[in-house]
Amino acid sequence: MKPAAFDYHRPNSVAEALDLLARLDDAKVIAGGQSLMAMMNYRYIAPENLIDINRIAALAEITEEGGNLRIGAMVRQRDAQDSPLLRARAPLMIEALDLIGHLQTRNRGTIGGSLAHLDPAAELPAVFSAHDAVLHLASANGAREVPIGGWSQGFMAPDLEPDELLTAIAFSPWPAGHGHAFLELARRHGDFALAGAAALITLDRQGRIDRAAIALTGVDMGPVRLDAAEAMLAGQVPGAELIAAAAQCADRVAGIEDVHASRDYRRRIAVVYTRRALELASQRAASGAGR
Amino acid sequence: MNEPLGISLRVNGDAVTRSVEPRLTLADFLRHELSLTGTHIGCEHGVCGACTVLLDGRSVRSCLMLAVQADGCAVTTVEGLTPAEGLSPLQQAFADNHGLQCGYCTPGILCTLSEYLDINPNPSEGEIREALSGNLCRCTGYQGIVDAALAYVRSAQ
Ligand SMILES: Cc1cc2nc3c(=O)[nH]c(=O)nc-3n(C[C@@H](O)[C@H](O)[C@H](O)COP(=O)(O)OP(=O)(O)OC[C@H]3O[C@@H](n4cnc5c(N)ncnc54)[C@H](O)[C@@H]3O)c2cc1C
Ligand code: FES
Ligand code: FES
Repeated sequence: MKPAAFDYHRPNSVAEALDLLARLDDAKVIAGGQSLMAMMNYRYIAPENLIDINRIAALAEITEEGGNLRIGAMVRQRDAQDSPLLRARAPLMIEALDLIGHLQTRNRGTIGGSLAHLDPAAELPAVFSAHDAVLHLASANGAREVPIGGWSQGFMAPDLEPDELLTAIAFSPWPAGHGHAFLELARRHGDFALAGAAALITLDRQGRIDRAAIALTGVDMGPVRLDAAEAMLAGQVPGAELIAAAAQCADRVAGIEDVHASRDYRRRIAVVYTRRALELASQRAASGAGR
Repeated sequence: MNEPLGISLRVNGDAVTRSVEPRLTLADFLRHELSLTGTHIGCEHGVCGACTVLLDGRSVRSCLMLAVQADGCAVTTVEGLTPAEGLSPLQQAFADNHGLQCGYCTPGILCTLSEYLDINPNPSEGEIREALSGNLCRCTGYQGIVDAALAYVRSAQ
């Protein structure tokens, strides 16, 4: 179908965008349009005002400041994949980006759009969860920050007010030589995952796990951190039994179900993919290569 | 609401200036306003890839973009990939290898491959299949399409 009529606005700065968001009723931001346009074509939604943030250059920057990586909301998934900074500092994100849709959707789709859309099976929220990232929001009334753990408030419902703009996401990257892995089960390459796991691991000089982070996608409304598994791993030498036991924690998450997979099946594959991601991340940490 | 807006862009090298409703998709703009009917519409929600065109050299789904968003950009459609006489080498490889039957998916596949083969001029069969994962073909079957792409890659070496 075709989208219903709307008024189109194209701000050139964040300030202009925030002013429009404050003034206009029933306004939607359009970033890459890879989820929004489909919903508008379906007439699943029909906003009266569309605010196009594609020309706001300040939202499309990737920077490293004071040891923190900051990724602008309008950074396209394709440009993130090609970013030398992200390739060097955030290999987990690079591995996940390759699984998001297709070249054609990554050429338009953005980092911020994926976070704001918050599909339960989206890869990036799990990546940012593993990295303990913080979302930066702005409105005409000021700015605020939301830790990724509090971002999901329900089914495709982020902690984002109608007059707020997501401007960036920031996190401190793990040290060089850390191990990472993002693995998921999808019917075909580029499809949304049935379930997937993101893992980060660093080892100390004795080969014990110094720090581990595990986040799942596809099993709940938002990304799920496996704190219990992380606690089991800390200070231990990663071995097959330990990893299998830690991965079993994925069986205790709530679980969602839809036409693609039942709750039980998603939890089962979450366990398997958590185990595989931990194995791969610890192998990579042991080889110290980072990727 | 929906006041027409002026846009200026380049389409297949030609300067184009038009006034369009904001809700007009780039796909419908190309087909209905410019009569470039080589760009096909299959699903209108981003799944099939039939509407793929090149926007400033990058493959994009023209059903998931508004014409007003292409203001100031350069768009290339399958017509723009086709020489004045005959076929391009990639198109010829499709003709030679049974890479199309009804041809509905073909323009999108040609646009996708023309960007992809620039990025990766020597792909494996697996890589070609992955690159085409966002383009659905309902009748030829992918074997001929993959053969055509591989034949082109070999001939271009
Ligand atoms: C065929 C296909 C396959 C796909 N496969 C996957 C997949 O495997 N994994 C995956 O994660 N995604 C997938 N997607 C969706 C992904 O491509 C989208 O990029 C993403 O979901 C939304 O990003 P966007 O930039 O396109 O946002 P848009 O579609 O423009 O916007 C999405 C929502 O976010 C809001 N929004 C966007 N930016 C901001 C901002 N800065 N501030 C406030 N609100 C904002 C919009 O108002 C809208 O509600 C797929 C899409 C297609 C078409
Ligand atoms: S018509 Fe655009 S992807 Fe199907
Ligand atoms: S050739 Fe008919 S759909 Fe592909």
